Amino acid sequence: MTHDYTYDGSFDGLLTVLLEMYERKVQPNSVQPADAVQGGLFTATVPIQTNEEKAERVWKGMLKYMDNDTRTKLYHVFLSERPDREMLICRFVQQAVTARGRVDVSENYADDTVRLVHHISQQLGREKHRMEAFVRFEKTSEELFHATIEPDFDVLPLIAPHFTKRYADQRWLIFDQRRRYGLYYDLARTDIVEFETEAPQRRTDVSATVLDEREPLFKLLWQTYFDHANIPERKNLKLHRRHIPLRYWKYLSEKQPREQRFEPIKNKRSSL
Amino acid sequence: MNERIQEKLSILADAAKYDVSCSSSGGKRKNENRGLGNAEGMGICHSFTEDGRCVSLLKILLTNHCIFDCAYCVSRKSNDVKRAAFTVDEVVDLTMNFYRRNYIEGLFLSSGIFSSPDYTMERLVRIIKKLRTEHKFNGYIHVKTIPGASPELIQEAGLYADRLSVNIELPSEMSLTNLAPEKNYEEILTPMEQIRDNIVQNKEEKALFKKVPQFAAAGQSTQLIVGASPETDHQILQLSDSLYKGYGLKRVYYSGYVPITDDARLPQLTQPPVIREHRLYQSDWLMRFYGFQADEILDPQHPHLDLEIDPKLAWALRNRHVFPVDVNTADYEMILRVPGIGARSAKRIVAARRFTSLSLDHLQKFGVVMKRAKFFITCRGQALERRDYDEQSIRRQILFGAGSVRSALVTQQLDLFAQAG
Repeated sequence: MTHDYTYDGSFDGLLTVLLEMYERKVQPNSVQPADAVQGGLFTATVPIQTNEEKAERVWKGMLKYMDNDTRTKLYHVFLSERPDREMLICRFVQQAVTARGRVDVSENYADDTVRLVHHISQQLGREKHRMEAFVRFEKTSEELFHATIEPDFDVLPLIAPHFTKRYADQRWLIFDQRRRYGLYYDLARTDIVEFETEAPQRRTDVSATVLDEREPLFKLLWQTYFDHANIPERKNLKLHRRHIPLRYWKYLSEKQPREQRFEPIKNKRSSL
Repeated sequence: MNERIQEKLSILADAAKYDVSCSSSGGKRKNENRGLGNAEGMGICHSFTEDGRCVSLLKILLTNHCIFDCAYCVSRKSNDVKRAAFTVDEVVDLTMNFYRRNYIEGLFLSSGIFSSPDYTMERLVRIIKKLRTEHKFNGYIHVKTIPGASPELIQEAGLYADRLSVNIELPSEMSLTNLAPEKNYEEILTPMEQIRDNIVQNKEEKALFKKVPQFAAAGQSTQLIVGASPETDHQILQLSDSLYKGYGLKRVYYSGYVPITDDARLPQLTQPPVIREHRLYQSDWLMRFYGFQADEILDPQHPHLDLEIDPKLAWALRNRHVFPVDVNTADYEMILRVPGIGARSAKRIVAARRFTSLSLDHLQKFGVVMKRAKFFITCRGQALERRDYDEQSIRRQILFGAGSVRSALVTQQLDLFAQAG
């Protein structure tokens, strides 16, 4: 009997696999999304049908073995898109179940699985925080605030609550260019929106004609502000790049080339 | 019109940039009125300027016209610099539109003093009141109170602002009198006391009645200019310590003096003292998060921070008698004092050793910087360094030994020294 599982690649699907694992009391040999199966030539895989009700039960049941923060970290691992994410989550859950909630296995930093879960969660957390910082909305003539991002990880689900709370009085769309889906808030709720075609979501395609007439002004003012907040005497480009790595510059309006650079206000020295 | 607003923004952002506070954390303002923004909890740095500093708030002066003549300030009356002033609506419009585009966490509003302190303060209050009440703006607001403004206006500002600050600027009364003749310590400390008392009172009232409006929920902060006047680091840290303890400040910011004038009362520097500033921040962190007392970091016999090594390592080298510390048995407080072990790795050590006896390999994986820590710890009863080095040779090995990495800041400034020399 092999324990090579496949599922539909959704988080609910993986939670259903976890229940299967729990009920059969087995540690799987492999768990992979059905469309990405790799394995030995003669490996027979067991497809697990996603069941939302079971998934819900598992999600709630996990709290018997770990606290809420740790459970969230496992979700982060899922969003990391790492090829070993399923097995990592299975191993961690297995350890937590074995401990029966008597000790907090998430504190066993000497264990490689535990440390890796913390590490991945930290990476996801950093990327989430960066996206909350680096999203730059452009206002269109239809009063929609539009932004494009290309995060290292699939963090849209993680940033949705932040933007929903913050921008409650404006319609907005944040589009993940790499994963080709977005978050759309319509003044009532935030939904995930998919785009089939290449169509108009590329930043360059939102041409000046559909932007709000004051949009170029605020972009210019923001660039002005950005340049004047700098203290040239303290220039430290190494530190600058550490804080905003180059790969994020593409969608940051303040890092776009200027028609003219804004020179610092000259403070005329008394003796000059 | 557009060009005019752009020019104003240039002048009034440029004049505000020497105030180093950029924090947008600690607020408790939720978006409960379906308005714009929220300022709960963690702050966000939305961008970073080329000097490596965080851009979190729209930091501007309402005006850089000023009746005061503080020698260290670009906006001083006698300085020949372009002047400008925003209108109330211009500041509101900029703040709302920057915030809507996710450029900023909120507004940091300060001003030169025109006409009178109360006249200026009243304008600042009018702006933030308008943002909060007419525009339902729930983003972060930090207001720098104007020296000499009346208690009533400060009280009102605290109702709309998340954080208030009163800048001390110069770390001793003598320097303040010398460089800012119109200011005095009493005028600075009185509003600080008032804000402290209002915050305490507001907390007590909130405990009793849920609906009490909040008063400066993110607390108050101040700034000290470093290197414009002769105070020692010891004096500066003593002052910070008393501000944290006596005035309940959330933050003391240190601003390395950027040479902006040839005034004979000020030192002629070629570079702002960025390493010294960095060491002061490290010391500040040791006091706030690592359980160090100010007089452990520096004392009258050691009045200056060591620029080459960080203050935690300096303390450890002066206090060799408390080491080595065994990572499997020592208290958290002691582990936290080991050079090369930060708060995160200290927590991991204490948590993980309940599961298993920790080895050297574990420590490395927790992120402990072994190059430093090895002189100060034992692991399973074994010392990692067999030889008993003296203070100077440990220092040398850490600074120049294999794999030594210097912070970007230190490297840069040392490079500058090398070029200058």
